[in-house]
Amino acid sequence: MKNILLCGVGGQGTVLASKILARSAMERGELVHTAETIGMAQRGGSVVSHVRIGEGCYSPLISRGQADVVLAFEAAEAVRNLPYLKEGGTVIVSTTAVKPVTDALSKTDYDGQVMLDYLARQNVRLIVVDGDALVEKCGSAKVLNIALLGAAARADVIGMTVEDIRHIIETTLAPKFQAMNLKALELGAASV
Amino acid sequence: MKTRFVMGNEAIALGAIAAGVQVVTGYPGTPSTEVLENVVKHNPKKEDGTDAIYVEWSVNEKTAMEVGAGAAYAGARVMVTMKQVGLNVASDPLMSLAYVGVKGGMVILVADDPGPISSQTEQDTRTFAMFSKLPVFDPASPEEAYQMTKDAFELSEKYRTPVLLRPTTRVCHGYASMEIPEGRYEYTPEGFVKDPKWVIFPRLSYAAHKRIEEQNRTMTAELSAYAGNTYKKGSGRKAIAAGGVSYAYTMEALALLGIDIPLLKIGTPFPFPNELAEELLNEADEVLVLEELDPVIERALVHLVGKKHLPVDIRGKEDGTAPSAGENSVDGILSILASYLGIDLPAGCVREETPALPVRPPVLCAGCPHRASFYAVKQAMKGRKAVFCGDIGCYTLGNAMPLDMTDTCLCMGAGITVAQGIGRVEPDTVCFSFTGDSTFYHTGLPNLVNAVYNDAHMVAMILDNSTTAMTGHQPNPNTGKTAMGEVAEKIDIEGALRGIGITHIATVDPLDLEAAIAAVWSAADQPGASAIIFRSPCIALFRPTKMYHVDSDACIGCRKCLRELGCPGLVKDGGKKVKIDTSLCYSCGLCTYVCPTGAIRVKEDK
Ligand code: SF4
Ligand code: SF4
Repeated sequence: MKNILLCGVGGQGTVLASKILARSAMERGELVHTAETIGMAQRGGSVVSHVRIGEGCYSPLISRGQADVVLAFEAAEAVRNLPYLKEGGTVIVSTTAVKPVTDALSKTDYDGQVMLDYLARQNVRLIVVDGDALVEKCGSAKVLNIALLGAAARADVIGMTVEDIRHIIETTLAPKFQAMNLKALELGAASV
Repeated sequence: MKTRFVMGNEAIALGAIAAGVQVVTGYPGTPSTEVLENVVKHNPKKEDGTDAIYVEWSVNEKTAMEVGAGAAYAGARVMVTMKQVGLNVASDPLMSLAYVGVKGGMVILVADDPGPISSQTEQDTRTFAMFSKLPVFDPASPEEAYQMTKDAFELSEKYRTPVLLRPTTRVCHGYASMEIPEGRYEYTPEGFVKDPKWVIFPRLSYAAHKRIEEQNRTMTAELSAYAGNTYKKGSGRKAIAAGGVSYAYTMEALALLGIDIPLLKIGTPFPFPNELAEELLNEADEVLVLEELDPVIERALVHLVGKKHLPVDIRGKEDGTAPSAGENSVDGILSILASYLGIDLPAGCVREETPALPVRPPVLCAGCPHRASFYAVKQAMKGRKAVFCGDIGCYTLGNAMPLDMTDTCLCMGAGITVAQGIGRVEPDTVCFSFTGDSTFYHTGLPNLVNAVYNDAHMVAMILDNSTTAMTGHQPNPNTGKTAMGEVAEKIDIEGALRGIGITHIATVDPLDLEAAIAAVWSAADQPGASAIIFRSPCIALFRPTKMYHVDSDACIGCRKCLRELGCPGLVKDGGKKVKIDTSLCYSCGLCTYVCPTGAIRVKEDK
């Protein structure tokens, strides 16, 4: 059984990334269960997708301390969801820091580096991906999810290879989005 | 047989299609919405190429229930979909329909929302089932939801009674890879056959009441043998009873702990499978009940124990062993189990305390026209005594700082009537209601008739964004489209308002802030009920054509734009000044009105 928790902020493409993971697992003939944030909480809120691959999953959600991997598109969201991670599990996190709307009203600033420093001090296998630089190179913040999947695949922690993801991008995404996503995939994989 | 990756709600839709459903009606509401949408998506074709299933988004749940009832009278298999609070709206037809009964199988899909995650209440449709004396199925997983949908149709047709199917959010929105058989139950509805039984009358109702009670007693025995209700023996005399997704959590928790104790699964909480439950009660000293919302299984077991004089302790919500409100989880169940069984949980990893995390409450999207609507009313009413009665939809988010423009929110359509009530007590207050276009047709309209008829002084703001945005953009009477994608007569809101006798009606684009404020001023001073339609599409319906930016030389860093609007597109630039996050800004232009120096402007290139 493999438990992968994806997290980020509404609009970062967590759902698509979890769909790709699920599809790839199904193509390998595995059972898959996923669950994600839907509804009001999506609007600017924290979002998570729980992806569970293999036999023996009853609950749709991963419980605390059971995730093999936390794949975070945003630094603070990685920290927020860290309790789900297994002892010695892997965190793949983008340097991206999405300020909450409430930040504009508050006196204090949210600083993503504080989150990354915290993660570095924990007993986890930490892979930091410079998401800001990556999306800059790809020309769109929308492909951060694919870049992180690329990094995770190259790090060999999600049970799928970079090739598997490429195959899914090529067979499921609309042609006009393919080039950009494939580029993000390569750059993400190369960053590990 | 095909392996598909489906959402619980899609599994229910596929189950209904396989069971031969011919008419599906409903009103959107999280977490139920995708059921009806997936019937549209997977609608099989008849030989002549037309859709085999008639599907509609009805104007409200009562309407949906009644259209469904008529179709079931005529012998079709019918599904009606809604969320739990929607059943309150539909309860009038439902209570009587339980007495009258149906001919074609009728499954009423009502999704519950423990937490609640996106609902007003934590009401329990299983309790509603007992109240209306109707059978209810409670699936524990998307896979079981598929099977139970088919079983519910069978039970409904066998007993000629509507049957409730109540998944909860985690089942509705969970995805599973599952094998879905091909094929669909085929039949031709007999059509409506005239008979006095379709007319509810006191004398008939007495007989029907008797019949229902007898029937439910019969079902109790039948359901004890149903595959969705199971009793798995285990070691020891401490047992568990669980239902719905809590059963799945329990299975997971037991697997994590590696223990095997007697476990009763309840898939039909009403009529309760008494015989099956008695098997467990005869072999246990204590039963821990794990369920969400009301203690339905727990009370049924307490009842049985009392009736049969059994020496068994029933533990659960009523004695505080399990939490009385909120969602269950594997983690929560693990700690309940630890104290119930007197065992230690495996130590989790201990980590350093986390730094303060950013709070991310849901907010109106950047460029959402509702922000402009609220801001216009707020500006116009500055210094005047006014109250803002909100309603259900994305615009409930108008309650958030800095807008702070939702003083009340009760239930669908109630903004309009609560405003009237406040006005009866505080005649010097200008009472506003805020209602979206879908909510307006749901229950807003009769409430406005009440305002006109009883001469209430109020201003009804209709926020017309041409969609039902909160639940994922379903069409409604105002959009000129039906659930099946056909073009429909667009029911003009202004015409409806005029038709019920409102004379002062203004239609304004709220993004034209000055005109919007002027319209509010003029409406506030009208006698009786007046209305303003703030018409501007939801940002999901179009792409922006221009781009705004902050001229940092002109920006004086007063942050008035941030403080007053709370738009996600406006962010601090690192220093005192403000910049626009171009990946979020939707170019509504509202902030240009707010900036005192005119620093926010259209960017020339793009
Ligand atoms: S124009 Fe201003 S108020 Fe409108 S979406 Fe952009 S930043 Fe927000
Ligand atoms: S309102 Fe205008 S001047 Fe004030 S911070 Fe915003 S952009 Fe700058």
